[in-house]
Amino acid sequence: MSFLEITNIHHTYFTKTSANTALSDVSIQIEEGEFISFLGPSGCGKTTLLSIIAGLIAPTSGTIFLEKKPVKQSSHKIGYMLQQDYLFPWKTIEENIFLGLKLSNRLNDDTRKYTLELLQKMGLGPVEKLSPKQLSGGMRQRVALVRTLATEPKILMLDEPFSALDYQTKLKLEDLVSTTLKAFGKTAILVTHDIGEAIAMSDKIYLFAANPGRVHKTFIIPEELRNLTPFQARGHEQYTKVFQSIWKELESLEFRE
Amino acid sequence: MNSENNTQLLHQKYIDSLKREKKWVRFYQLLIFLLFFSTWEIASQRNWIDPLLFSSPTKIWGLLIDKIQDGTLIANIGITLTETVFGFILGTFLGTLLAAILWWSPFVSRVLDPYLVILNSMPKVALGPILIVALGPGFSSIIAMGAIISIIITTIVVYTAFKEVDPNYLKVLQTFGATRAQSFKEAVLPASFPTIISTLKVNVGLSWVGVIVGEFLVASKGLGYMIIYGFQVFNFTLVLLSLLVIAVFATIMYQFVDFVERKLIKDK
Ligand SMILES: Nc1ncnc2c1ncn2[C@@H]1O[C@H](COP(=O)(O)OP(=O)(O)OP(=O)(O)O)[C@@H](O)[C@H]1O
Ligand SMILES: [Mg+2]
Repeated sequence: MSFLEITNIHHTYFTKTSANTALSDVSIQIEEGEFISFLGPSGCGKTTLLSIIAGLIAPTSGTIFLEKKPVKQSSHKIGYMLQQDYLFPWKTIEENIFLGLKLSNRLNDDTRKYTLELLQKMGLGPVEKLSPKQLSGGMRQRVALVRTLATEPKILMLDEPFSALDYQTKLKLEDLVSTTLKAFGKTAILVTHDIGEAIAMSDKIYLFAANPGRVHKTFIIPEELRNLTPFQARGHEQYTKVFQSIWKELESLEFRE
Repeated sequence: MNSENNTQLLHQKYIDSLKREKKWVRFYQLLIFLLFFSTWEIASQRNWIDPLLFSSPTKIWGLLIDKIQDGTLIANIGITLTETVFGFILGTFLGTLLAAILWWSPFVSRVLDPYLVILNSMPKVALGPILIVALGPGFSSIIAMGAIISIIITTIVVYTAFKEVDPNYLKVLQTFGATRAQSFKEAVLPASFPTIISTLKVNVGLSWVGVIVGEFLVASKGLGYMIIYGFQVFNFTLVLLSLLVIAVFATIMYQFVDFVERKLIKDK
């Protein structure tokens, strides 16, 4: 059994007037330490799938096992960073990053120190006492990452973490996140609209199709690219090749719809 | 260089014009005040208006000095102020508590929805006699009047604020395995804090109404009692004195809450 086993997930959103099938028969296996990307058009159920993996919503059918246990029982092993940073504006940076530890009663001198070190590693200076409003978008995103990593999740899910940032900040953060996660040997799932970002950061890309949301195709990223930082990868000749093949696949998807 | 000087000069002119305008505003405000009281005084002395009914500023002033000297005014002010403060704090607190219960259980909130609408549209002061019988004619029933008048509207306003908290904040907390109580404490309550503070301002005004009506009904102490007593013995100087004192203290209290609100919200 794989580290994370997603088996036959179906999900339908019910409202009074409609039943909207967001995911249909999604099965994915993820190994420990892998960096996975979910790529696909808007509305193909990427956020829904992350919410199901995080145990926030129960799928209509299907199962998810993390280390052989249903995710419901091990939700604190999963770190989930939402589509925006959602730092709490009424808390200081420090209170924000300690939040997960506080809620699970694990806040002590050791975990506190660990978390503040993470903040340092993210290249954030003495910002603990500041309010989120005083930080730039890129800094806030890094703080949100620290908040998610502070609880030492086994698996980290990032929902379009860089989409609201300017291009330069985005490229820098890609490198930072990639090297940090590699250093910790963390398993990660990245949701993105950006083909280039998916190629530069991941080991494997799942391309989703919409209506209903499903896995359309899987791309394994060549070894040469995996060992480079995202920024270096973007300059590699292999990058362009993979980009072309994914691009073609996306075009054919659009054509069929 | 020249244009920089010019800008500075224009800016200075602009600031001066603002200052001048402010002075004129103050001047007219003072003028209205003086005109009002002097017209009142003259009209009363020349019998243009019935001096028995409308009294006059000098008579009211005289009575004010008397009442301060015999200590009854201060005592009555103290009583009414205490009742109002308790009333509005209690009203805000209970209203927020009720809102929390509604937020906690969406089912309860849907069940109670029509009752809230009914209670909100009902004139709460009409409950006065019942409260007085239930709680006894005194301090507690008057405070209850001051509170009850603001509870339901606070509940509705604060509950709406609770519901409008961005669900993604709750999602973040859920990813950390937060319980509903933790979600309330970490996100829902602090996010709605500004709304709660601003209901304080509304409630302070409402509580004055509740407390004064309560004192009318109980009729033993306080500024409301002074009005009712003055009315019964046909001493309208006393009635008007009480009214003016109420106006002054209600304004002071409102300004104080306003000040606290700005202080708290700026700190956030
Ligand atoms: N709470 C909900 N209730 C009803 N329908 C929903 C809900 N959340 C999502 N959907 C629907 O499910 C489908 C998938 O949504 P989802 O947010 O998972 O897509 P996504 O791939 O994350 O899109 P995007 O890239 O725009 O973030 C969409 O058609 C959406 O309208
Ligand atoms: Mg999404």
